[in-house]
Amino acid sequence: MTKRIVIVGGGTGGTIVANLLARNLYRQLISGQVVINMITDKEDHIYQPGFLYVVFDKVRPDEIVRKQKDLIDPHVNLIVDPAVKIDRDNNIVITKSGREFSYDYLVVATGSRIVPENIPGLKEGAHQFYDLEGAKKLRDTLRGFDGGRIAVTIGVPHKCPVAPLELTFMLYDYFKQKGMLNKVELYYTYPINRLHALEPVSNWTVPQFESKGIKYETLFNMEEIDPAKKVVRTMEGSELNYDLLVAIPPHKGSQVVIDSGMGPEGWVQTDKRLLKNEKYNNVYVIGDTTDIPISKAGSTAHFQADVVAERLSSEILEGAASTEYDGKVVCFVETGFEEATYVWFNYNTPPNPAPPSRMLHWMKLGYNRLYWLSARGIL
Amino acid sequence: MTNVKIDKTIDARGSACPGPLMELIKTIKSVEVGTVIELLSSEKGTTVDAPAWIKKVGHEFIGIKDGDGYWSIIVKKIK
Ligand SMILES: Cc1cc2nc3c(=O)[nH]c(=O)nc-3n(C[C@H](O)[C@H](O)[C@H](O)COP(=O)(O)OP(=O)(O)OC[C@H]3O[C@@H](n4cnc5c(N)ncnc54)[C@H](O)[C@@H]3O)c2cc1C
Repeated sequence: MTKRIVIVGGGTGGTIVANLLARNLYRQLISGQVVINMITDKEDHIYQPGFLYVVFDKVRPDEIVRKQKDLIDPHVNLIVDPAVKIDRDNNIVITKSGREFSYDYLVVATGSRIVPENIPGLKEGAHQFYDLEGAKKLRDTLRGFDGGRIAVTIGVPHKCPVAPLELTFMLYDYFKQKGMLNKVELYYTYPINRLHALEPVSNWTVPQFESKGIKYETLFNMEEIDPAKKVVRTMEGSELNYDLLVAIPPHKGSQVVIDSGMGPEGWVQTDKRLLKNEKYNNVYVIGDTTDIPISKAGSTAHFQADVVAERLSSEILEGAASTEYDGKVVCFVETGFEEATYVWFNYNTPPNPAPPSRMLHWMKLGYNRLYWLSARGIL
Repeated sequence: MTNVKIDKTIDARGSACPGPLMELIKTIKSVEVGTVIELLSSEKGTTVDAPAWIKKVGHEFIGIKDGDGYWSIIVKKIK
């Protein structure tokens, strides 16, 4: 009997799972004992961490985009047609054009998306760099910025918890290079009572910000933006004036998750070690769309993809699987244009960031290129 | 406090990043007014940080229960 695997979402997690499975199940794919269908909603695959570099004109947009069909093993069927319904009781995924894909195993890897409309005034009043259009617009605006206060604000929840901090450090170096530090005030805010969720990163950041003159405010959760007056009002009752606002919008999961009754905000209930969904033993969930209280990051999606590919391969080839996800997350954090730090942690090991160095910065730049090997399941 | 009915539990034990308080902020934004939320955290700091935030934004801080190696912070969304 043919085993059918459907993967929904062709981003970081979905693509890695597909390519690892194609390698592990090569013989079964050739003989027709296994079929892998990847359902995604666009032709392009975008390397999202690249947006940060687009903002500062260090990477051109075409360097961070590839065709999904060029990244996927040819033994995987690529279907570019958004999933509109996942029916877990009948093991079927239905796409926008009305096609139905039945499965024995499902991998949900639909990621997260920004919802600026959830905060009044955000769309009109703020820049963001969490999609390519936003990053390009911010790049163009920064080129012409002639001084004033740049505020960085962060909606909850959001992916890549380090990107706003990296942006702030890079803004400092950007205006330093332009000789404009005397005209620009950087004002960083954070939703909880420190500068970053990871306490050691936060502790390290405080003296950095103080020596650079970067102002900051914590317990800062946007309630509304007044674009005409250029003011952010917070849930905590404070107000912040700005000349240029870079606001990370809050995120939601994919609409198909919501419409399929799998989680009201698009976050799918996921067992934190087995990566399975509720009572559905044949449904795996990876990446940003899980409800595991862990960083929504490409590295998370990557390590979870490794686990799910191992588990599925073992279940299909050997009838059982024992590999589990241990909560591993790895982040390279840019601390400016010249240096970066590195942090890893899992469910049992707290983070302990490395001292910033040029070497780690080069490693981050190197990984930005090597990503295409990761996506192919090689690295 | 023992007889408060919990509507939603957030298990943020072992969550280094984004951490328990961020999980609470995310959840409070998405639930109905009147919902009672229980936040489980293995970080002692949450027992100070979470009540401080809850009071600052004007929700009802119901209390804290000690678990085995973790704490349970109970809050009601009231606006
Ligand atoms: C500015 C920025 C900087 C970042 N920096 C880092 C970093 O330094 N390190 C790091 O680890 N992470 C970083 N990230 C985060 C990282 O990019 C994401 O966490 C990662 O891509 C998540 O992988 P995923 O597979 O869960 O989701 P994605 O990679 O977002 O993929 C989800 C895919 O599902 C598709 N999809 C959605 N709905 C449907 C549907 N209905 N039908 C079919 N397909 C659908 C989407 O189009 C998308 O292709 C950064 C992100 C941003 C925005």
